[in-house]
Amino acid sequence: MKRWLLVIIFFAVLIGAWEYLVRRGVWSPVLVPSPLDVGRYFVSSIQDRTLLEASYVTMKRLVLGYVVSLIIGLPLGLLNARFKACEDTIGVLALGLQTLPSVCWAPLALLWFGQTETAMFFIVIMGSIWSVTLATDAGVRSVPPIYARAARTMGSGGLHTWLKVIFPASLPFVVSGMKQGWAFAWRSLMAAEIYVTILTGFGLGHLLHYGRELHAMDAVIGIMIVIIVIGLLADKILFSPIERFLHRRWGTARN
Amino acid sequence: MTTVSEELRNVAPEKLAVEGVSKTFRTQRGHVHALDNVSLNVREGEFVCLVGPSGCGKSTLLSIIAGLESTDSGQVLADGKPVTGPGRERMVMFQESALFPWLDVLGNVLFGLKLKPNLTGKERREVALFYLKLVGLENFIHANIHELSGGMKQRVALARALAPNPRVLLMDEPFAALDALTREQLYGDIQRIWAERKKTIIFVTHNVREAVCLGDRVVLFSPHPGRIQEKFEIKLPRPRDINSVDLAKYSTEITRALKRHLKPETTEVAE
Repeated sequence: MKRWLLVIIFFAVLIGAWEYLVRRGVWSPVLVPSPLDVGRYFVSSIQDRTLLEASYVTMKRLVLGYVVSLIIGLPLGLLNARFKACEDTIGVLALGLQTLPSVCWAPLALLWFGQTETAMFFIVIMGSIWSVTLATDAGVRSVPPIYARAARTMGSGGLHTWLKVIFPASLPFVVSGMKQGWAFAWRSLMAAEIYVTILTGFGLGHLLHYGRELHAMDAVIGIMIVIIVIGLLADKILFSPIERFLHRRWGTARN
Repeated sequence: MTTVSEELRNVAPEKLAVEGVSKTFRTQRGHVHALDNVSLNVREGEFVCLVGPSGCGKSTLLSIIAGLESTDSGQVLADGKPVTGPGRERMVMFQESALFPWLDVLGNVLFGLKLKPNLTGKERREVALFYLKLVGLENFIHANIHELSGGMKQRVALARALAPNPRVLLMDEPFAALDALTREQLYGDIQRIWAERKKTIIFVTHNVREAVCLGDRVVLFSPHPGRIQEKFEIKLPRPRDINSVDLAKYSTEITRALKRHLKPETTEVAE
């Protein structure tokens, strides 16, 4: 209860200060709209459904791209950890591509796939897959060998050991890698949507881009807030429960 | 005369027979001769303790008997058959508990049982609960591993090792990290469970007193290369108390023998 009160007071003060400074005329109203203007933008854009539709389009791309990243990235990480040859080849490639900012994929994706959904997915996947792979790899390497030895004496071997021992043992690493992958997917998609104009769906990034073109600052800030809120919700709904479970099981919770 | 009596001998084969086993590890600093032509026979139901300073190859020998390591020469026979890999009839209890932190207590004990065919889920659970009760943890079946004390962890490890019902239990310094009081409790438990469940146990330790307290036989190793130096029969009634005077006499004798076989700089053995 006390926690919630603190949160509410913090944000109320933040928004209050913003409104106060705008009214005092500290900033040009052309550059900084008041919270009330942003609120009015929310009401109108929710009523005409532009914001909801854009959010839906964006979330669909994000979730699909992210799921593909996991489906490819996790096994790739396991392979890298298992086989020296994979580590020396795919591992090095992953490390290199991980350092490449994902917006750098946009020109290439545009030339390869044109202004299509495929280009969007490509940028999202390239943005998030490598951190998932690298985290899985690191996670598996951090598993104490005694777990696999103990499992062998109990009759476990091969795939069973990988699925029932190595993978769960590396979960704390893998989950933080998945979380990082999610964050990268989100960043990549926003970069892609701002960069790549396509007609098959208007995402939040596009809306943001057109907000700038039309110099609608209330829309720009409103959409930025939506993007932040989606990121927060994903963290709290998707990852927090998993992390809480891991902390409880492993005894790494901090009280 | 002797040949005829040997010819007419009618005894079961040894439970475990270690025959001329040698093992060398290659490390960055060169070769380590862990075991040199080691032979040892263990009877069914016998409790054998392997004692020696660190680096004498006793843990390596245990891994070889478990089937986790291969030999360079020689072989290990279990019930007359050569050991080629790990098997459910020879379970290992490790130095650190090696329990799986992503499973609760029951999940850990069930791990080996789930790999045993021809059991229903209900039966597996029943078996797991039986062993958790045997080690006195029936009230902690859903506890997380990190919530347990060191002694409780080793009890779970013991239940997990016992659960697939192996004939042979291989224990690699299982109590080394515990405090003296917890250890004493576990000495009592392990003797009780050994007698009740009729296991053959090979127990590795560097603690001579512990070896005398638990073993029917104490086998003394010396390092560089790892060799068996002497074997002692411990003829003391059970259950044994680690603090008894008779036990102290044995351990004094064995410690003296141990020091005889060691170079002066490598005496790090607790009495």
